[in-house]
Amino acid sequence: MDWGAIFGNAAVELISPTTAAYALAALGLAIHFGFTGLLNFGQAGFMLLGAYGYAIPAIHLGWPFWACVLTALVASVIFALILGIPTLRLRADYLAIVTIAAAEVLRLIFTTNEFDAVTGSASGLSNYQGDLLALNPFPAGRYGFGPFVFDNRVWFFLLLAWIVLALAAVFTWLIMRSPWGRVVKGIREDEDAVRALGKNVYSYKIQSLILGGALGTLAGIVFVLPRAVVPSYFQPSLTFFIYAILLLGGAATILGPIVGSIVFWVLLSFFSGFISRAVEAGWLPFMTQVQAGQLRFILVGVAIMLIVVFMPQGILGNRKELAFVK
Amino acid sequence: MSSEITSSRPVKSIGLHVGDAAPGVKKVDPILIADGVKRTFGGLTAVDVDHVEIPRGAITALIGPNGAGKTTFFNLLTGFDKPDTGSWSFDGRSLAHVPAYRVARMGLIRTFQLTKSLALLSVMENMKLGAKNQVGENLFRSLIPAIWRKQDTEIEVKAMDLLTRFKLDAKKDDYAASMSGGQRKLLEMARALMSDPTLVMLDEPMAGVNPALKQSLLDHILGLKAEGMTVLFVEHDMHMVRHIADWVIVMAEGRVVAEGDPHTVMEDPAVIDAYLGAHHDIDLGADSEHVEALKELIDDEQ
Repeated sequence: MDWGAIFGNAAVELISPTTAAYALAALGLAIHFGFTGLLNFGQAGFMLLGAYGYAIPAIHLGWPFWACVLTALVASVIFALILGIPTLRLRADYLAIVTIAAAEVLRLIFTTNEFDAVTGSASGLSNYQGDLLALNPFPAGRYGFGPFVFDNRVWFFLLLAWIVLALAAVFTWLIMRSPWGRVVKGIREDEDAVRALGKNVYSYKIQSLILGGALGTLAGIVFVLPRAVVPSYFQPSLTFFIYAILLLGGAATILGPIVGSIVFWVLLSFFSGFISRAVEAGWLPFMTQVQAGQLRFILVGVAIMLIVVFMPQGILGNRKELAFVK
Repeated sequence: MSSEITSSRPVKSIGLHVGDAAPGVKKVDPILIADGVKRTFGGLTAVDVDHVEIPRGAITALIGPNGAGKTTFFNLLTGFDKPDTGSWSFDGRSLAHVPAYRVARMGLIRTFQLTKSLALLSVMENMKLGAKNQVGENLFRSLIPAIWRKQDTEIEVKAMDLLTRFKLDAKKDDYAASMSGGQRKLLEMARALMSDPTLVMLDEPMAGVNPALKQSLLDHILGLKAEGMTVLFVEHDMHMVRHIADWVIVMAEGRVVAEGDPHTVMEDPAVIDAYLGAHHDIDLGADSEHVEALKELIDDEQ
């Protein structure tokens, strides 16, 4: 068995742009769920809007990258308002129902053949990175060290992804340590109490939904930059992977989503590499290669359950909090 | 139980009303006026108050048997619920269609029957949240600590002051969740004071509080009056009502059935009817045993 390749592939996930993208989406969910207590089950929808909001104007209108990013963010704000205005006055679970449904509606709209000319339907869109690549400071070629050998394009997107993630983490840290953060954390604990203290709870919840959604949207852009965009990326399972990352790292933390994403992807890559090679080597005679590919997701499910049962505060969460969880 | 809480006689405010004490009597200086406030839940009329005025600068108790509509009336007055009809005003400003958070900003702060401490926030953060007009609560300004740091320090000093008064200063860095039920009641009251309210509405401040802590809560409520605040509270503990209330409003079946100073009102036949039924001729509140019996009766209704 090629242990070097298994560990090498796992190590690549430490710094891959995908890891950063998932961390960014999880950071958005931390704002929603960890800090404000909003149950958003539609983070995949926000990511989809980021991906297509960037790709469509880039391909069809030839807009520069910053205009594409803005388009994506505007779309995400509108999406957040549509979801939030009717549901945030209601109990928390209504938002969960509406967001999961709305994210699916979006995915199906982008999958249907009706809008093929714009969305590329199920086969998606590609080659929208043009003017961004023109800014690539890395000279052409493949370089790196150890397992981290990529071409200049991957290095560029990798750098970009981690810079965006770092900025988002600093931003989240700044707002959460401020009086604004105090209000949203109060809302998480008991929104009526916060209302009785003269805070406009509804407005804070909308702001939180927009902010976390915007991070999800940026995550969507970062996620699809190194690849082509297809709607099947944005299945509801994506949202649940991001929840797994969030819970793994610690829901009400800034670095938790980042650590969670790294651990998640490294383990996922290690498991899938190990299982597929174990099947190849005949160690698991009852299993085919196709089944092995699915097994890693079963392991993710088991991992989520184990986290919630045995380490509900996550890797970076505050253990003290748990003493009081009802 | 009465012996522990009657340590000193508080000074009662008198001469609050104009004319005879009757339901809906006019007050010399009302702070809160409600007119024709009605709230129904399906076929049930929870609150149907024709006219009631709350006197300024005094401690008013709102009493009545369970299901009398006291908490619903509280919710209506503070914007947490909307009445079917009626108008009500605070300090001369109408409160109809004013959302709860705006009502609070006007200086009408309430607490809840089931204590709402913010469990996973520290005691200090709970307190700081109570302060009004914080610049750092704006999303954009929150990004630059230099804008809100100074105000935040001032708020912290004020919070520390209040916590010391309520003897919670040693717990300032603990999670509110780690406190006892009575301490949470104290915290909720202290937090309400962070916004310098003019009217404090307490929903059953004594429920589930032990006698020692009760005494300190009573002193704090009297302290609010001494500082010029108006207090309106819902309470089942008749001793407390008699001890500190300047004025008592009795509700039954959604209506105000009696008003007056605590001693007279508790002898009012309408009040005895409301609590014990029309044919029950117990002298209400004559001694502590009867009050205990009364409380047990009320508990049985729950």
